[in-house]
Amino acid sequence: MTQIIDRRLNGKNKSAVNRQRFLRRFREQIRKSVSDAISQRSIKDIDKGETVNIPTRDTNEPIFSHGPGGRREIVQPGNTDFVAGDKVPRPPSGGGGSGNGKASNSGEGEDDFVFQLSREEFLEFFFEDLALPDLVKTQLATISEHKMVRAGYTTSGVPTNINVIRSMKGALARRMALRAPYQAKLKQTEAEYEELKQLHEENHPRLLELQEEIHRLRTKINAIPFIDTFDLRYNNRIKEPSPTTRAVMFCLMDVSGSMNEERKDIAKRFFILLYLFLTRTYKNIDVVFIRHHTTAKEVDEQEFFYSRETGGTVVSSALELMYEIISERYPTSDWNIYAAQASDGDNWEGDSPACREILVNKILPCLQYYAYIEITAYEHQSLWREYEKVKEVFPNFAIQDIAGLTSIYPVFRELFKKQAA
Amino acid sequence: MSTTTTTRKKRRTPISVTSEWTPELIQQYDKEIARVAEGYKLDTYPNQIEIISSEQMMDAYSSVGMPLGYHHWSFGKQFLDTERRYRRGQMGLAYEIVINSNPCIAYLMEENTMTMQALVIAHACYGHNSFFKGNYLFRTWTNADAIIDYLVFAKKYIAHCEKRYGVSEVELVLDSCHALMNYGVDRYKRPSPLSTEEERTRQHEREEYLQSQVNDLWRTLPISEKEQDKKKEARFPTEPQENLLYFIEKNAPLMEPWQREIVRIVRKIAQYFYPQRQTQVMNEGWATFWHYTILNTLYDEGLLTDGFMMEFLQSHTNVIAQPPYNSPYFSGINPYTLGFAMMSDIKRICEDPTEEDRQWFPDIAGSNWLETLDFAMRNFKDESFIAQFLSPKLIRDLRLFAVLDDDTKNTLEITAIHDDSGYRKIRQAMVEQYNLSTREPNIQVYNVDIRGDRSLTLCHTQHNRKPLNDAADEVLKHLTRLWGFTVRIDTIKGDGSRELTHECRVRQK
Repeated sequence: MTQIIDRRLNGKNKSAVNRQRFLRRFREQIRKSVSDAISQRSIKDIDKGETVNIPTRDTNEPIFSHGPGGRREIVQPGNTDFVAGDKVPRPPSGGGGSGNGKASNSGEGEDDFVFQLSREEFLEFFFEDLALPDLVKTQLATISEHKMVRAGYTTSGVPTNINVIRSMKGALARRMALRAPYQAKLKQTEAEYEELKQLHEENHPRLLELQEEIHRLRTKINAIPFIDTFDLRYNNRIKEPSPTTRAVMFCLMDVSGSMNEERKDIAKRFFILLYLFLTRTYKNIDVVFIRHHTTAKEVDEQEFFYSRETGGTVVSSALELMYEIISERYPTSDWNIYAAQASDGDNWEGDSPACREILVNKILPCLQYYAYIEITAYEHQSLWREYEKVKEVFPNFAIQDIAGLTSIYPVFRELFKKQAA
Repeated sequence: MSTTTTTRKKRRTPISVTSEWTPELIQQYDKEIARVAEGYKLDTYPNQIEIISSEQMMDAYSSVGMPLGYHHWSFGKQFLDTERRYRRGQMGLAYEIVINSNPCIAYLMEENTMTMQALVIAHACYGHNSFFKGNYLFRTWTNADAIIDYLVFAKKYIAHCEKRYGVSEVELVLDSCHALMNYGVDRYKRPSPLSTEEERTRQHEREEYLQSQVNDLWRTLPISEKEQDKKKEARFPTEPQENLLYFIEKNAPLMEPWQREIVRIVRKIAQYFYPQRQTQVMNEGWATFWHYTILNTLYDEGLLTDGFMMEFLQSHTNVIAQPPYNSPYFSGINPYTLGFAMMSDIKRICEDPTEEDRQWFPDIAGSNWLETLDFAMRNFKDESFIAQFLSPKLIRDLRLFAVLDDDTKNTLEITAIHDDSGYRKIRQAMVEQYNLSTREPNIQVYNVDIRGDRSLTLCHTQHNRKPLNDAADEVLKHLTRLWGFTVRIDTIKGDGSRELTHECRVRQK
């Protein structure tokens, strides 16, 4: 007896665990591939999967078998013109002679083991062990905000919420229902009255009786109220908690003369990483780009990364502008605010304390997180020293320095390392 | 009712006319195929046909056809590789996977046309199925009733170990066991039957018992000088042992009980798959022969349309295509071709023997083909099947020739072709080619230095001077990990001389 079972609806990812095991085993190699990919990819297509190559010698599972050499006799099909005793030169592939059954498999032997990492897995590797500081906390704790949403109708409420159409529909239905028995009787009585009227005189007792009846029925019908409190329907609204899934990310970058192309490029990559990281946590992310030299200016992405402009450096100008924008457009009750600042640390000496003032008094209290990276290979200057003071007071403030392109990744990880709960 | 039976047969309406399949149609085809198969006296386990999608097929692929496998990265690797090659169009997926169990489980892909589903049902559910049930190797070495249960047990046990001892620890053991999987089979001794219940209840006892046995083996009692001298002569094990994993499971000095159990699981699964490796040509040949015969019978009965037959024949022809040795598509002898040709040839010899056949096969020439084929299916494995039934006609048809590759000579030599003096030689060479014990290096446990450093010595008996491959050192590392002490391989050359060829040392603590 044959049993037919349709398994198509069963989960198809039976191998998912094995796939994870594979990724886990070759974690180091894959991580290296991912790291290379980050430093080589152009900014705009960073958010994609990646092809990973792992040397076959690492993935091979060794088993005992015969190596080349020795004496072996092999039967092959499709002889055309050999006769017994013929001597033929050894084919260049050597080893396995004229190729036994396994030759075609081992032919691939030297290639890498290639497979595709999905976008999610790629980012997973990239962001491994990372989470924004206090993220879970803010996400869960800030559900203080509620939104009213419509939820059908109720039979009680305040007069302003009366839904007229719905109430009138109800009233109409009620009237028709209550009228129905009288209406039918009325019709019947009227018909009888008309009929008798043809045959008898006006004051025939039956006619008078019918007249009386018709009058009684009409009164009854008219007595049905046009609208009743029973008919009233009110719009119903309920409160729903609305988690703040919105975040805004401020990118501040120094474009003064001392920031050369290479340093800008490093900063660029850092911002991209931050942006990608936030896209994984928030549905809607606003990004505000502020570039500054002696004065600050809000610009679009294109201009931020690609336009050229130089001048001196007054960092506080950017911070002031950022504060203005926050107060105007991003109330802290609705937005999670993150900021990342990149600079080479060159600031006009007298300005640095001012920067600290603005940060401590105005900006940091509104922010989830502020990351400052200094891209320099030299001694830290006044700005760094001032920022170090800030760091002592605010745990959501972090500073790091980056020496070159390759150190972005570790620094990024360091900055956003999972904080111990 | 005046029509004769033959004309009535011709008039029967086909089961289906389009290439779309439905579960009802599959049921109908299965019914008809079962009827015909029964007519040919195919004895099968009950069938369980499962319809799956191509993704699920890839899943099934990567767990080597085990319906429930334990988790291991190598299956993930297999999956990634299959997926990549499938996506790129470098390979198609098999139309079917069939599992030697009772009931016999066959997977059918939903993408197949009705014709392909019917072909697969005939091939897997009646061809392979009857082979699993009838062939002596499967009857002796595997237990179709218990395998699914055992796999469930294995999967649970290994998952349990992972929880308790960590994924990495378990992975280490599995890696090492997989490296030795081919050497985890008893080639001659019959294994005890598998049963989940027993496994579960006895597993704990076994752990303790084994551990005590091991300790006994390594007991270090003071032994008098004389006795020690005497003992030195005796080897442990007294006879060389071919089942390396079994030996490890029973004797490795430092293993934890759960590690021994994992070794046992891998060994049992290796044993279960061993007959499949020994009967590839026969098994595929048998299944191909029967799908061909059954579907042709149905066509003759008027149950299949011409269109169905065209599609079926096209795919059948693809399956049994054999490119010649010098073709770019050549990748060895196609087991489907060889098997199908041999099965059909046996039928021919029975039904329509030539003078040559009578000379070569006096026993079967002119006999009942159904009985002869059944006998052949039941009592042989690839090597003996070829030794018994490869006919001169087939050698001519396939134009087989034997090439000798000797590394001491500069050229290859054609030693035999399809002529009178060559038939026997070619047949002999083919037998060698399908003999698992010459295809795989002969490696056995030779000695353990129980009184000394506990090192394990294997001996590799060379066959035709063939050396071990480069991976041997890696495998040896795995073996060392399981054994816990130094492991070495002595190679025994053709002239009987011994030489230490591989060694993996473990530093004494």
